[in-house]
Amino acid sequence: MPLGPLTPHSPQTHAIAALFNGILILAGVVFLFVTTLVVYSIVRYRARPGAAREPLQVEGSRALETIWTLIPLVLVAGIFIFTVRAMNSIEPSREADRPPDLIVTGHQWWWDARYPNGAVAVGDIHIPVSKRLLVRIDSADVIHDFWVPQLARKMDAVPGLESYIWLEADSTGTYQGVCSEFCGAQHAWMQFRVIVESEGDFAVWLRQQAEPARQPANSIYEAKKCGDCHANGKGPDLTHVGSRQFLGAGISRNTPANMALWVRRPQSIKPGNHMPDQQLSDDEVAALTAYFEGMR
Amino acid sequence: VNHKRIGIFYMLSALVFFLAGGVEAMVMRAQLSLPNLKLLTPDSYNQVFTMHGTTMIFLVVVPVLTGFGMYLIPLMIGAGDMAFPRLSAIGFWLQVCGGVLLYFSFAIGGAPNAGWFSYAPLSESTYSPGPGLNYWAFSLLFIGASIIAGAINFIVTIATMRVPGMTIRRLPLFVWMNLVNSVMILFALPALVAALVMLLADRLLHARFFDAAQGGSPVLWQHYFWIFGHPEVYIMVLPAFGMISEIIPVFSRKPIFGYRLVALSTVAIAFLSYGVWVHHMFAVALGKTFLAVFAAASMLIAVPTGVKIFNWTATMFGGSIRFTTSMLFAIAFLLEFTMGGLSGMAFAAIPIDWQMTDTYFVVAHLHYVLVGGTLFAVFAGTYYWFPKFTGHLLDEPLGRWHFWLVVAGFNMTFFVQHILGLLGMPRRVYTYPDFPWWGPLNLVSTIGAGILTLGILLFCANILVSLQFGKPAGDDPWNAWTLEWADASALPRVQSRRPLWDLKHPESPDWVHEA
Repeated sequence: MPLGPLTPHSPQTHAIAALFNGILILAGVVFLFVTTLVVYSIVRYRARPGAAREPLQVEGSRALETIWTLIPLVLVAGIFIFTVRAMNSIEPSREADRPPDLIVTGHQWWWDARYPNGAVAVGDIHIPVSKRLLVRIDSADVIHDFWVPQLARKMDAVPGLESYIWLEADSTGTYQGVCSEFCGAQHAWMQFRVIVESEGDFAVWLRQQAEPARQPANSIYEAKKCGDCHANGKGPDLTHVGSRQFLGAGISRNTPANMALWVRRPQSIKPGNHMPDQQLSDDEVAALTAYFEGMR
Repeated sequence: VNHKRIGIFYMLSALVFFLAGGVEAMVMRAQLSLPNLKLLTPDSYNQVFTMHGTTMIFLVVVPVLTGFGMYLIPLMIGAGDMAFPRLSAIGFWLQVCGGVLLYFSFAIGGAPNAGWFSYAPLSESTYSPGPGLNYWAFSLLFIGASIIAGAINFIVTIATMRVPGMTIRRLPLFVWMNLVNSVMILFALPALVAALVMLLADRLLHARFFDAAQGGSPVLWQHYFWIFGHPEVYIMVLPAFGMISEIIPVFSRKPIFGYRLVALSTVAIAFLSYGVWVHHMFAVALGKTFLAVFAAASMLIAVPTGVKIFNWTATMFGGSIRFTTSMLFAIAFLLEFTMGGLSGMAFAAIPIDWQMTDTYFVVAHLHYVLVGGTLFAVFAGTYYWFPKFTGHLLDEPLGRWHFWLVVAGFNMTFFVQHILGLLGMPRRVYTYPDFPWWGPLNLVSTIGAGILTLGILLFCANILVSLQFGKPAGDDPWNAWTLEWADASALPRVQSRRPLWDLKHPESPDWVHEA
């Protein structure tokens, strides 16, 4: 699964890829043309041994210079027209009062997505196929950038600035996303996935995701005050943590062993993240791991 | 306080910092050579890339170009020295102070780690509490003052100290471009200085210029930084254009094709460069129409730049080209810079930027401009003017090795980074997962960087060897045309009371008879 912008899976990324391919071809032609001129000049006009005479001293040519000023100007004007057309197709204007279908927030160093029905997804953002969603991109701290190369343009998440994109996928599947603005120590591990499902699957997931966890409260969780961060937005919401594919925004797969390691020493897995090592006993680690794995 | 001396000082200090910045680059390439490597902690990687960018821009490219200008401009216009010799000196020492201050941060608990662009609010004390960023800001204030002082000095020198007869239309293009460059500096650098002062006020005095929660604006920092930052890109490339405009004609044995257009297009670039800064912010939600204006200006810059490429090529056309190492670098510059310019064109088309910005595609693009462009021109200029600086030619066979290693290493390192960007790899990540092709391409890039390093070490060796054993150059080794070659390359070594007698009578020099 190559994940770059050149394997588009939405109308807007198709438009961007088409524009890119057009400019790539044009740039290739220009580069070949310049290379040919340069190579021809240096081969044809290399100094021959014994040719002591200086070549003809040409100072310039109005006509030629006008031509090679005007031709780039025309090319550039053409590119500009295609650029504006592509911009309008990627970013159709939205009604001013339309509420977002999804609010995505970047945190140091993880993403969450909030749905209108109250569901919160961390890392795995589900959307229905072939439906254009209005997504608001927020930041909880520094500037991040929400980028799913195959589905949508990237958008900076700037604190205090309302930012929206359209998100849409033309086929089901899992699409890799990354943070694309440098945001501190763990910028590298601020990944997420967009999981595109059929309308029916998505509805089931959304309903389930909005429900509270199917686990009774856990005494260690309470005693260690995990909720001080995880229940008020400072740390990722844990209501359905057991069902996630990855831990630490992509740094390790969500297996019981990795979960135990994370519960025990998060700093050894993802140095610099905002969760301190908790100094837990082996029993506490085992109990918490089982508890989290059950939260689906 | 002699312009030649200070010029050499500038170049030598740039060389020292170039090696430091090169080591930083190699450390990064080592860390990125394979997926999931842990040679560096995330924070040290961030410090290293911040230092690499800051060093290369402020302590290498700008000073080395200043050094060339400081040494050559007075000679080219027939002036005895710069207009303000002491200002040249204090400019140099401010520059050194800035560099030392920046590197001192390593010793006192951590170098700056928010990137050379230090975006707020990441650069605010809430998110970067260490002292590193204070050192970064103070260091750049020193360097900013130094650059502004240099620009004023150049403008006054060129405006008032030309020999009689050297009208503005007879000015060598290197001087022309440095003049335009200095004017650009005067308008660009104050924006950086203002931004740094605001950042320091936020960090040290609890102001809130860039704090959204308190009514400030993180986007404000970006505007200030890029109003400086984009003209800065041209500030780093115009003097290099100047060098190419001197070197290609001499080795093609023809005058520059279309002198007026080359000079005028430089003015056009300078003018346009103030209307393009927002293209660094296309991924910020700023409104389509607003962005489109800046896209148009950014695309327009391709016209005067393209014109230059054609004029340089036309200069070679019909000439009698001598392939010295200097000329080889100038020819390579033409092609590599065209490449960098074309990928830049792609970024001006906003939707492409919406995908590719902050990926390795940008890293490739900017290195094609700054290495394939500026650095190659500096190499060409070094081979060309080294005889003037020292009286010795640089060794040509070593120069060829240097050239081919650098060309091969450079393209191997950075060409594949275009592809990495197209495969979705973001920049400024300390490591990456084993996604398809990311590992192998990064490994190729790292090997290329090794080859590039080898080439650059060879260049340093060439300087050392040629200083000792280089062929004596005479005053005008290239049979050139501008006034610097009328000046003595180096005074003869004095061995008696009548040094010129010794020169004229080698069969019976004075020092044999002197008691």
